[in-house]
Amino acid sequence: MSEKNQMTDYGTAIRDAFAYLLKKYPEVFVIGQGLWSPWYVGNSMTKLDQEFGIDRIIDTPVSESACTGAAVGAALAGMKPIVVHPRMDFMLYAIDSVVNEAAKWSSMMGGQANAGVTIRAIINRGGEQGAQHSQALHAWFAHVPGLRVVMPSTVSDARDLLIASVLSGDPVMYIDDRWLYSLEENLGPVKELELHSQGPKVVRSGTDVTLAAAGYSTKMCLDAASELEKQGISAEVIDIRVLNPFNPELIAESVRKTGRLVAVDGGWETAGFAGEVIASVVERVSPELLKISPKRVTLPASPAPSSPALEDIYYPKTDDLVRLVLENLRS
Amino acid sequence: MNSQLRQALASGEIENSPIIDEALDLSSFSSKELIDHLTSMIRIRQAEVKIAEMRRDAHIGGPVHLGAGQEAIAVGISAHLRKSDRVFSAHRSHAHLLALGSDVRKLFAELLGKSTGLTHGMGGSMHLWDQPNGFYGSVPIVAGTVPLAVGAGLAAKMQKTGDIAVAYFGDGAAEEGVVQESLNLASQLGIPILFVCENNFFSSHMHISQRQPIHSVARFADANNIENEVVDGNNLISVNAAAGRLISQSRKNNVPGFLEVVTFRHYGHVDWREDIDVGVNRSASEVEKWKSRDPINRLKSALIKSKTLSENDLANIYNSVDSEIKSAWNLAVSDPYPAEEDLLRSVYKEVRK
Repeated sequence: MSEKNQMTDYGTAIRDAFAYLLKKYPEVFVIGQGLWSPWYVGNSMTKLDQEFGIDRIIDTPVSESACTGAAVGAALAGMKPIVVHPRMDFMLYAIDSVVNEAAKWSSMMGGQANAGVTIRAIINRGGEQGAQHSQALHAWFAHVPGLRVVMPSTVSDARDLLIASVLSGDPVMYIDDRWLYSLEENLGPVKELELHSQGPKVVRSGTDVTLAAAGYSTKMCLDAASELEKQGISAEVIDIRVLNPFNPELIAESVRKTGRLVAVDGGWETAGFAGEVIASVVERVSPELLKISPKRVTLPASPAPSSPALEDIYYPKTDDLVRLVLENLRS
Repeated sequence: MNSQLRQALASGEIENSPIIDEALDLSSFSSKELIDHLTSMIRIRQAEVKIAEMRRDAHIGGPVHLGAGQEAIAVGISAHLRKSDRVFSAHRSHAHLLALGSDVRKLFAELLGKSTGLTHGMGGSMHLWDQPNGFYGSVPIVAGTVPLAVGAGLAAKMQKTGDIAVAYFGDGAAEEGVVQESLNLASQLGIPILFVCENNFFSSHMHISQRQPIHSVARFADANNIENEVVDGNNLISVNAAAGRLISQSRKNNVPGFLEVVTFRHYGHVDWREDIDVGVNRSASEVEKWKSRDPINRLKSALIKSKTLSENDLANIYNSVDSEIKSAWNLAVSDPYPAEEDLLRSVYKEVRK
């Protein structure tokens, strides 16, 4: 737990959440690959195995599918498990347990049993890692009723939304991004939030344009907003935080005010989350209030490249976003 | 006998092995136990026959995967289970459920999509749940619940309850990768679970000879250092005894066990037909041969031969079961459907503190 007036980084905040949960709730345990390694998941789980024992911090055989399924089954038997997938790409073997079992269990069993499991999937990309060490597949999971999908973009959300996920009683995909691990914040005391009452938040107020994003893309929007301010443009930034069930009202309200929407997402364009944001807003906002057509910033339609030359142009940067906003405001 | 059966099964010679036609040895069971088991098997059979007829006549709208002919397995295993154990199953699960003492009317109501059903009309035949009786759930994704059962067993170990998990699956599921992962995980973590593979030779329309080079699935247990037995699944006595041995070890030592039971389903893969004329490798004579090994008839004859049961007692059992089934069906038919708002009611759990 962080002391007063002390800065905590994003990775440590995640570790704080684990420690809080493991200390307070005996039914919490963690299962996944790399949990006894000092480097698999950055600084986000350092020495938890030594503090809470290897019976509760279970490093596993190379079996994403069985381990995720086992966590779902343990949840049905009264535990509050957290599965850790150090890279989202590797958890695709586990999709049956997430999509067919955990997400549907409550509905198909008539609400008599819930798979209260938290699946922590880490987006870990860049560094010339290429196509299978890079993916941000949150949009897939946001498509599925019964799953909650959470992407914390701030240090306090990294901690408090993980705690809320584990206590929610529902299956939750908690997706954190290694590019955020160095963010720092002066954290207040832990809050046990009710996940079902959490949703998008205005993280910066503005009047000229609405930037909506989740996870690392939110940080990029905040950086762009600072840059835009220097150029006399006031951008409102909305951090989506909870992608499923998705409540777009706040974004729509913002766009009614600004008349301009840019949806920024770390996934691909087609059937992606930026498209969902735009569609939801367009459905809610009268056309005459829109001063420009909504825009989206996403990845190019290719798997992530490994060459540094291509990687450099693959991931959108703050400058790209600033340029896009300026072009559209001036047109 | 175990090893002879294993060998005959593995080599595809099981049909010619006299082992699966052996008479039942009742010596280590009380009359009451045996009669209770017979009654439970008859109850399951009569329920399945009723379901087959109602599906054929279109009173039941959705698909049903019937287990008639496989009753001895669930009944033999359930004799060693308690309500706090954690049983998971798959698409062909009615017998597993009813053997735990589940209410036939609630099963029928579920098949009819009624709100009084086991899953309040939300699951149908392929998604069943009766946790108060130890039935944690069944789903039709092949092998989908196998890792879930491993996790429920892991939870039992952590909770120190002495409970075990049971994973029922078929010979087809053994071809899924997640089953290998689950066996390895259970063995490595020391998890109290009984894996039960009902080897009925057919996965949907495909005979095991078209799918696996060796026809005994217990080889996967050997590969993962899991104690295992292969028994005649139509012999209640063999199933009961083997399950008893494996389950007591699991409870005591937090280890997995693996039971392969050789059996045959009377109906085809799905619904009421026998599947002898749809281009699959399943002939009328094969079905007839296996019907002559009917687990209920085998127990019945042994009980009558040993004078544990009279023809009159038997008639009374059938009368009482048939009247339960009839009244359960009639009640289920008149039960209400879910309300429109039930569609969204249980997608998420509203958090309570």
